[in-house]
Parts: sequence; structure tokens; C-alpha cells
Amino acid sequence: MAYVWLIPLIPVLAFIVLTLSGRKLSRVSAYLAIACTAIATALSYTAFFSVLGGGSYHQAFKWFSIGSFKVAVGVSVDSLSALMLIIVATISLLVQVYSISYMKGEDRFAWYYAVVSLFTAAMLGLVLADNFILFYSCWELMGFCSYLLIGYWYEKPEASSAAKKAFIVTRIGDIGLLVGIIILYITTRSFNFNTVFSTHIGGGIATASAILLFFGAMGKSAQFPLHVWLPYAMEGPTPASALIHAATMVAAGVYLVARAYPVFQASPTALNVVAIIGAISALGAALMAVVQNDIKRILAYCTISQLGYMMIGLGVGSLTAGIFHLMTHAFFKALLFLGSGCVIHACHTNDIFEMGGLSRKMKITSWTFIIASLSVAGFPGLAGFFSKDEIITTAFKSGNYIIFAVALITAFLTAFYMFRLCFVAFFGEPKTKAEKAHEAPLSMTVPLIVLVIPSIAAGWAAFSFGNFVYFKHPHTAEINVLVMLASVTMGLLGIVLAWGIYYRNWISDKDISKKMGPIHTLLENKFYIDSVYSFLSHKVMIDGICAGFAWMDMKVINRGIDGIAQLINWSGKELKLTESGGLDTYALITFGCLALIIFYLLFLIL
Amino acid sequence: MIINSIQLNLYLTLGLIFFCLGIYGVLTKRNLIGVLMSIEIIFNAANLNLIAFSRFIKANFDGQLFSLFVIAIVAAETVVALAIIIAVYKKKDTLDTGKLNLLKW
Repeated sequence: MAYVWLIPLIPVLAFIVLTLSGRKLSRVSAYLAIACTAIATALSYTAFFSVLGGGSYHQAFKWFSIGSFKVAVGVSVDSLSALMLIIVATISLLVQVYSISYMKGEDRFAWYYAVVSLFTAAMLGLVLADNFILFYSCWELMGFCSYLLIGYWYEKPEASSAAKKAFIVTRIGDIGLLVGIIILYITTRSFNFNTVFSTHIGGGIATASAILLFFGAMGKSAQFPLHVWLPYAMEGPTPASALIHAATMVAAGVYLVARAYPVFQASPTALNVVAIIGAISALGAALMAVVQNDIKRILAYCTISQLGYMMIGLGVGSLTAGIFHLMTHAFFKALLFLGSGCVIHACHTNDIFEMGGLSRKMKITSWTFIIASLSVAGFPGLAGFFSKDEIITTAFKSGNYIIFAVALITAFLTAFYMFRLCFVAFFGEPKTKAEKAHEAPLSMTVPLIVLVIPSIAAGWAAFSFGNFVYFKHPHTAEINVLVMLASVTMGLLGIVLAWGIYYRNWISDKDISKKMGPIHTLLENKFYIDSVYSFLSHKVMIDGICAGFAWMDMKVINRGIDGIAQLINWSGKELKLTESGGLDTYALITFGCLALIIFYLLFLIL
Repeated sequence: MIINSIQLNLYLTLGLIFFCLGIYGVLTKRNLIGVLMSIEIIFNAANLNLIAFSRFIKANFDGQLFSLFVIAIVAAETVVALAIIIAVYKKKDTLDTGKLNLLKW
């Protein structure tokens, strides 16, 4: 297992080579990056299988020391990080294979691969980190890479502002994370995960630091109220969105909560905050997804909603349920995004109402997409069914019936909006943009087919998953028939409703949105959260506080400095008159002063 | 001792008179050479003090030795001062301190 530290470094190598000589390599750069990620993937799988039976691996060496303050950097592999390793590496590998065709002909083709490599490396380093310093470095590196990827087409103003939005919003969360890490350091005198988490931390400090850490997770995992960046992150290339949404960026927040679970466990308040924020995000994002027409936006809100589920799972006290959903979600969400990439590639539009009838023209894409949608919707037997059911069951068992109800309603909405998307885009008559659609090339469809397998089958791991990833005690999957029936009914109900409205046209969706007028407006405006933020940033910050500071700067500070300068100028003008240049005057002043000093001294002595 | 202190006071008074004359000369002379000569008088007043103190208070040769040093250094300094005066005269054609106000604002 001594090779573990190489896993994040191999993609870094690809990044360095591609950044230095990417232009010359052109298409070879893709193969180089893929080769590096493939090696990292292979190593990840060997690491995974060696901890599968239990046990863990830890390796550390001194990084730097400032006086008595020493920082050791190290990697540790336990079941949680091993699982994350294979998810991240696999999905990154598939995304990169997929990108060969998707990104073909782009300027900065090599740069794309360089950043994706670095992104992957950062996430791999994050899950392997055994201390907060390395963790935080990788965390920030990932934020930076997401900025680069979202702003990949920086010639477009939307893309560059979306990149800035993502960077700034996640940065706001990162401040909480940093303060949380510092509080934990002050309390335990260590950055090392083992030391920090084995120290008993008292109630108030545990609550404060857990909520601060969760603040960071809210930013990265796009939880309410810091979710605003994720829908805009769709401006990046679609495979990059798949990477951000499935494996790297957003998973980091969930991973943080799971990694720091001992701190959260010490504070019931913090766990409740996690569950409540998760529930708000899950329900709110699902509602917003219902009125979106952009295929990638729907998937983006779906991601927020599913991340909300993971937070619910973690918040109601089951690490296993949250991480299990993280795993299954990674597979089917990557599949959905890559599928949407194929669709966008074929139709040259993001609007689902301009597509239609694609299932006849793009068989592989459509059916893999529909299977993934079924998985998200919790269709019995597919991956999403098991993991979502696990979360709903845990929420039910924990006695948080409101959260349980929210999870059920969200399950219904998830099924509805996913199949709204499917029925509108893949069935019915082909609309304007769908006429010339054609199936994507092999390098794009193969990753889809590969991802279908875990999207269907990963759920069956549910029965042994609790013995692999758990907190303190192995988690046994319990089957509560009533809860299962409820969630399946909700899911099917959603699918049937979508089928009725968008396939059979029982009622026109225009009529519904007219009747639901105010609610529809509210949802279309994303609950006015963006408006509140722009009000806060423009009216309150810029026009209010900043204007005040500007006035202060102009009138008080500038005037003050100018006044001092004028005073000195004036005194100089007046005092220069004493510089007569006459030798006798100078001598007179010198001797006069000397005489005064002597008289003064005499006066002191006498 | 009383006689000694009377004699010392006489010497000091003479030194004081010299010193005041020197200062008066420095302040009133319009000619640079005159100023320089007045400065010499001030030096000699100081030398007189040194020698008087050395003779009546300390009764060793420290003060006298010191005044010899002063005389030697003043000689050197006078050379420099005279050289400057010659240079000024060549440049300005005058040694009137009232007219030599190059440093005026």
C-alpha cells in the first residue's frame, strides 16, 4: 500500500506536462491525461480491494515546522476514502474518455485536459488527506479548478461571470470551514484527523466547529442558501459539469461531513442543522427543477436536491445512508450529464422543448438516460431506489417526521421532473432542433454504457455496504416495507403524472402554470434567492455600505491628508523667509541662542 | 589659595573680554578676513582659559598641552578658511558678507 501517495500525484504529473507542452501535443494530450488517470484508477482499485476486508492504511511524513508547530502531511486509506477513491477515479476516467469527442476541435483542448487532471488530483488528494491542512489545500485547489472549468469558454460573458459566482459563493463557505478548522486546532492542538476526532470535544465547541465545517460543505455541496452557484456552473463544458456534479466538487462537501462525523455526532444541534438544511435544499431544488426548461439546469437542481438527500441521511444519524447515496448518485448523475452532453451535441440546444422524439434517433443515449432517470426516481431494483430508500427509512426511524415527509415529497417531485425531461426530450414529435439529431460517436456512448451498469447494480451493495462504511457500529440495512411502499408509490406517481401531462397531454402544462400563477412565478424566479443576493450585494453592499466608505474616503481621509499637506506647504512658504542667506544674521542667531541656553543653565544652577 | 583665585579670576576676566570682543567682531565685521580674525580672538580667549585653569586649579600640563593642540589645529583651519576666502573673492570679486548671500531663498 506504500504506493497510495502516488494516486493524486500521477494526475498532477499530467497537469504539469500538459500545461508546459499542451499546445504541441494537441490530441495526444488527451491520451496522456487518460493514461495518467487510468493508472491512478488502477491504483485506487488495488487500494480499495486491500481495505475491503477491513483495516486501514496510514502513512505520514514531516511537511514543515514553524518553531514547535509541526505539520505532518500524510495519506490514509480507510473504507470511506477507498470508496471515494474509486468513485472519483472511475468517473474522472470515463469523463475524460467521453471528452475526446465532446471537446474535439476546441482551442485550448490540452488546457481542458490539464485542468481536469488537476481537478481529479485535487479530489483524490482530498479524500486521501489525513489532516486538515492537506485537506483544506486540496479543497481550495478544487475550488480554483472548478473556476477554470466553469469559465472554460471565458469569451462568453455568462461563462466568466458563472465562474466568478461559483468561486465567490464557495469561497464564502470556505471561510466557515477555515474558522472551524482553526477552532478544532485550538481545542485539540492538532490538525491530524485521527488526533482531532479521537479527542473528546465538548458541547458548545463541538456545535460551533461542526456548524462552521458544515458551512464549508454548504458552499461546496451547493446546499441552501449557498446553492446559487450550481445552476450557473452549467456554463462550463458538459463533461466538466458531469465531473463537478458527480464525483469531485459537490461530493467533497458530503465527504467533509462524513469525515468529520465524530464532531457532528458530538452535537445533536449540528446534526439537526445538517438535516434541516438538507431537507430545505432537497425540497426547494426539486421544486425549482420542475419549472426549468434547460436540460442541464434541470440536472443541476436535481444534483442540489440529491445532495440534500445525502445531507438528510447524514443529519439523521446515518453515515452509511448518506455515503451510499453519494456513491449511487455519482454513477447515475455522471450518466445523466454525459447523456445530456450527447443530446446537446446532437441538437445544439439546451431547451428540452426544442428537442422531442430523440429516442428514435439516439437509441443508446436515450435508453441509458432513461435508465438513469429511473434510478434517480427510485424505481425498484435500480441503484437510486436502494440508496434513497435507505435515507428515507433512516429519517423515518429517527423520528423526524417532517424531514421524512419532505424526503417523500421530494421523491415524488424528483420522479416528476426527471420524467418531464424524458418525455419532453425523448418522446413525442421531433421539434425544430431535433430533426437532424444523430447518435453520438463511440467514445461518447461507451462511457454511458459503462455507467449504466453501476447505475443499475450498485444498489444491490446495500445489504453489505453497512459493514464496509459505517460510523462506530456496522450499519445493517433494514427494510421497512411500509416506508418502501410509500417511496415507491411516490416515485411511480411522479412518473405517471409526468407521463400524463407531457406524453398523453391530459392537461396542457401551460394551463397548469397559468392556474398556479403566483407559485409558478415564485419557482421561475428561484424563490427570489438570487434577487435577494443581488439586492444584498448591489443595494446594501455597493450602494449602501460601500458608498458610505467611499464618502468617508473622499471627504474625511482625502480631505485630512490634503489638509496636512496644505499646512506643511503653507508653513514652508512662511518659514523660508528666515533663510536670508546673510552670514551675520546666522551668526547673530547662533550666538543669541547660545547666550539664551547659557542664561537658562545659569538660572538652573543658581 | 585666595591669591590664586584672585589671579585666576583676572585671567578669566581677560579671557571673557577677549571672547566678547571676538563675538562682537564676528557679528559686526563686513569683511570676511575681519570675521576670520575675530574668530582667532575667540580661540585665543579659550586658550587663555585653558592655560589659566591648568596653572591654578589642576597644576599639571594638561591644559597647556591642549592649548598647543588648539593652536596647531587653528593654524590648519585658518589655511582652509583663507583658501575658501580666496576662492570666494576670485568668483565674486567681493568679501562683503552682506553681498555674499548665495543661500538666500
